[in-house]
Amino acid sequence: MDEALWAFGRASGAVSLALFTLSVVLGILVRSGRPLLVLPRFAVTLVHRNVALFALIFLGLHVGTLMLDPYAQLRLVDVVVPFLGAVKPFWQGLGTVALDLAAAVVATSLLRRRLGPGIFRAVHWLTYVLWPVALLHAVGNGTDGTSKWFLLLALAAAAAVGGAGLWRLSPRFLESARLRQEEAS
Amino acid sequence: MSAATGPEPAGHLHINWTRCDGRGICTELLPSLLIRDDWGYPLAADPELAEKSRIPFGRASERDVADAVALCPRLALTVLRPR
Ligand code: SF4
Repeated sequence: MDEALWAFGRASGAVSLALFTLSVVLGILVRSGRPLLVLPRFAVTLVHRNVALFALIFLGLHVGTLMLDPYAQLRLVDVVVPFLGAVKPFWQGLGTVALDLAAAVVATSLLRRRLGPGIFRAVHWLTYVLWPVALLHAVGNGTDGTSKWFLLLALAAAAAVGGAGLWRLSPRFLESARLRQEEAS
Repeated sequence: MSAATGPEPAGHLHINWTRCDGRGICTELLPSLLIRDDWGYPLAADPELAEKSRIPFGRASERDVADAVALCPRLALTVLRPR
């Protein structure tokens, strides 16, 4: 039973990270205002949101199973306050930071109509901190974090988010950018 | 009143132009009410409409209007109900 909790706790963390990676890339695509192949724009926003919610479910399972697990020695305080952990406090603390940020991003997304676009957007920007922190937590804290296959996957994820981020900063990023630039000049 | 919405609209879709960034989600969901201009911004499909940011819609569009309001990335859309 303990072995199963341990294995599931680790696997669910990896799945959560993979889903968050996909959601970040989709979120950048949403920001561009572009459709994706056969998916219209509104569908891209829905997939972005739903993938993020699935990532959150796996994050909950990841933290929940490791709280029950005797090896991880995760206490309730470690879920909220970073860097107090019994095992690898720094790397575990990064996970706590990512969890807290994820909670803030999701809460402000669900309440965005009440909070208004300013707060929603400001907190949503924290995703660019959340994601690398979560990746570092996975590499530094994961039992397989520094194994070759995991590092390759982490590298692929970093390339995906990094590539999307560079695209985000490029002048032709917005679907309407070309039209509006021509208009302005 | 436009023919598309009938005599008594169920409500009006209000577009806040300060917030709208022309991301085109509303124009995808509401092709009968909105068309997209060359810069991506929504435009009332009914050229006769006097108020360009207050678009009447009928009962048949309720769900699509609700989806557009919920999904607009800039929170630029609201529904105004007749008093
Ligand atoms: S969905 Fe919102 S931001 Fe996009 S065009 Fe419509 S009103 Fe503007």
